[in-house]
Amino acid sequence: MTAMTDDTLPAPEHGIRDEMIVFVVMAALLAVVPLTGIYPFFVMQALCFALSACAFNLLIGYGGLLSFGHAMFLGTAGYFTAHALKVWGVTPELGILIGTAGAAGLGVITGVVSIRRQGIYFSMITLALSQLLYFIYLQTPFTHGEDGIQGIPEGYLFGIFNLAKPTVLYYVILVGFLGGFLMIYRTINSPFGEVLKAIRENEPRAISLGYKTGQYKLLAFILSGTLAGFAGSLKVFVAQNASLTDVHWTMSGEIVLMTLVGGLGTMFGPVVGAFVIIAMEQYLAGFGQWVTVIQGVIFVACVLTFRRGVIGEIAHCLRRSL
Amino acid sequence: MQALYAQLLVGLINGSFYALLSLGLAVIFGMLNIINFAHGALYMMGAFVAYFLLNNMYFSIGYWPASIIAPIVVGIFGMILERTMLQRLAGLDHLYGLLLTFGIALIVQGVFQNYFGSSGLPYAIPEELRGGMNLGFMFLPIYRGWVVVFSLVVCIGTWFLIEKTRLGANLRAATENPTLVRAFGINVPRMITLTYGLGVGLAALAGVLSAPINQVRPLMGAELIIVVFAVVVIGGMGSIMGSIITGFALGVIEGLTKYFYPEASNTVVFVLMVLVLLVKPTGLTGRAA
Amino acid sequence: MPDLKMADAATTTSAASAAAPVLSVQNLEAWYGESHILHGINFNVNAGQVVTLLGRNGAGKTTTLKSVMGIIGKRTGSIRFNDQELIRTPSDKIARLGVAFCPEERGIFASLDVRENLLLPPVVRSGGLSLDQIFELFPNLKERLNSQGTKLSGGEQQMLAIARILRTGARFLMLDEPTEGLAPVIIQQIGHTIARLKKEGFTILLVEQNFRFASTVADRYYIVEHGKVIDGFANSELSANMDKLHTYLGV
Repeated sequence: MTAMTDDTLPAPEHGIRDEMIVFVVMAALLAVVPLTGIYPFFVMQALCFALSACAFNLLIGYGGLLSFGHAMFLGTAGYFTAHALKVWGVTPELGILIGTAGAAGLGVITGVVSIRRQGIYFSMITLALSQLLYFIYLQTPFTHGEDGIQGIPEGYLFGIFNLAKPTVLYYVILVGFLGGFLMIYRTINSPFGEVLKAIRENEPRAISLGYKTGQYKLLAFILSGTLAGFAGSLKVFVAQNASLTDVHWTMSGEIVLMTLVGGLGTMFGPVVGAFVIIAMEQYLAGFGQWVTVIQGVIFVACVLTFRRGVIGEIAHCLRRSL
Repeated sequence: MQALYAQLLVGLINGSFYALLSLGLAVIFGMLNIINFAHGALYMMGAFVAYFLLNNMYFSIGYWPASIIAPIVVGIFGMILERTMLQRLAGLDHLYGLLLTFGIALIVQGVFQNYFGSSGLPYAIPEELRGGMNLGFMFLPIYRGWVVVFSLVVCIGTWFLIEKTRLGANLRAATENPTLVRAFGINVPRMITLTYGLGVGLAALAGVLSAPINQVRPLMGAELIIVVFAVVVIGGMGSIMGSIITGFALGVIEGLTKYFYPEASNTVVFVLMVLVLLVKPTGLTGRAA
Repeated sequence: MPDLKMADAATTTSAASAAAPVLSVQNLEAWYGESHILHGINFNVNAGQVVTLLGRNGAGKTTTLKSVMGIIGKRTGSIRFNDQELIRTPSDKIARLGVAFCPEERGIFASLDVRENLLLPPVVRSGGLSLDQIFELFPNLKERLNSQGTKLSGGEQQMLAIARILRTGARFLMLDEPTEGLAPVIIQQIGHTIARLKKEGFTILLVEQNFRFASTVADRYYIVEHGKVIDGFANSELSANMDKLHTYLGV
């Protein structure tokens, strides 16, 4: 039986140098966005989702675990950050820290529970946990239920950067995204990442070599959740609110879709996928629920005929790892 | 006290749906090794087919024939899905099945949402089952009692079919070793298709049963399916009877929670799932993924 | 000895087709996923014969049987059964042509009881053994009908695996290491059964590591090495080839 990412991961040649080049190109392209006419809000939103998708991809692409509940990290961090900013009046950087820490804590708790099963059961458990959290947030007062937390103050990041100005906010988000991306990259190409890949390929073998695979998977889960949370915290500044939509299972589904379209198990796939899906949703905003249908069609089409995703196909053609 | 029994009844009814749906999921998982995310959407389709049969310009088919026709129609739809799409996932990682059926669920749900919005359509309780009986300790609406009894009958009937008949033996054997069963001359691919149809038909039947109680809404399956996933994680998919008992039991527990501690009623199943995972990860009837 | 009265048609067919082989395998190559296991298998099995494939572990004997049965990944070449080409035929259709397979791991289903295991393979030809006849051959199965399939001992499971394909009416049997891991007494019983089946006109393709056992029933041997048939000789030529055999099998 082929693992999900066997298709998308060719034998890398000069892998690391290629990826660095693409990274620099990507960073450069993103850096000049404010100078073009492109609506920065769209790109900022896409970057936040791109980071969440990258975090999700860490778990599936390199750990072999498909989480269907990543919205819970996005939403939890969002709520924590929003509440901290609005109600406690903390500075932006502290707000982000609180949100991210919240996601990390959630990662520990849900990780311990979820890692006990693998494969399909793991996915179902993450979905159920995310739904549990949804219902909790629905009922707890601080989230303001269906209304969500609105009107979040922007403030000055580190006292210097005025987040109320779109251009400043954009670069802050960009730096956050690039930082998170690099962190994932470092993790994957570290000894820890190698063990993780080994576990994905053949867990019994890894166990027989003496690795405590449960611990590795848990750590990957927590890392993935924390980074998704970080993205969620950033998103609060972009959207200026935190709502139930961010914890709903459809949000988890979107993150999965972005990664699937872009390419499971590729570094840049989730980024491309995020931009594609966000752009699509913007374009189809007036079509009501047809967006859901189209998302479903894309899922089906990708699974049946386009499993490698955009970046995966490109990487396969070039015989590189991207 | 009346309120307690009333909640227990609601719990049994929900338990009926949990049982029927988790039974279908377990049967499909056993044969196809796929978790059918589309199960909720197909449950919803069952209710809608019943609705269409009753309310259309050309004819009006009532509840009783609908409870046979709707599962068959949705079952056929499911078999077409299996033949055209699910079969192609045969040698791949199981997770692709989850993704594919998730996509199918989105499509079905989205289409229905487009035409019917999110509001519910009414479906009347069939005449023969209207009214209620006074049992002394509670008032039992006849239709609701019927739902529980009929679900039990269908569940036990399915269990019997699988565990005690020749056909069921073929199914159980094919679940264990499909290659060998095929090498004996049994058309296993066709059996797999029919099994998917059966599982899906059970979901559609649950939808028809549910129509007069809950309204017919495009989203009626979406939230239900996630709870059913939790039910399946708790019960494990190792035994048919286990799925049935777990389904009913969790429905009852949910009902009781609604009486004693209402705020927790929509989360109790998930909390129980967490507890079971911490104590016995393979689920109550245990079968490794 | 139990009296196995089969349909007369069966025995006359085997006499009539003595000329054409029941099974003719030519240039069979097979892959299991990416691994290229068979590199050119050639042999024939004539009606009423017991042909044994001998060879070391990993030579490709089991893969050959599985290729004939159609349960291997990819096959090329020619497999003709009663003059019908099977190379592209799916396994259930092959079974219905009268080919029965008893796998090395026996394949007894744990979720079925003994009776269900026995009755599982559908009848594909008339003339298969009736349940009574099967119980005459394998009396201990009758007592264990309601036991769960895998609760049987190794020997009993082997009996069951053979018994259930005898019910189907298939006249061409493929047995993969039927004596593996069994006590000498059971091995003897299996030997008697195969001899009995041969007398009734069954055609049997056998894979055996236990060479001594094979020599009690086989008419012809083919040696398989590295996915090819490298030698073949009749049972009558056995003593003349003993040295060669020792080299091939490394015994």
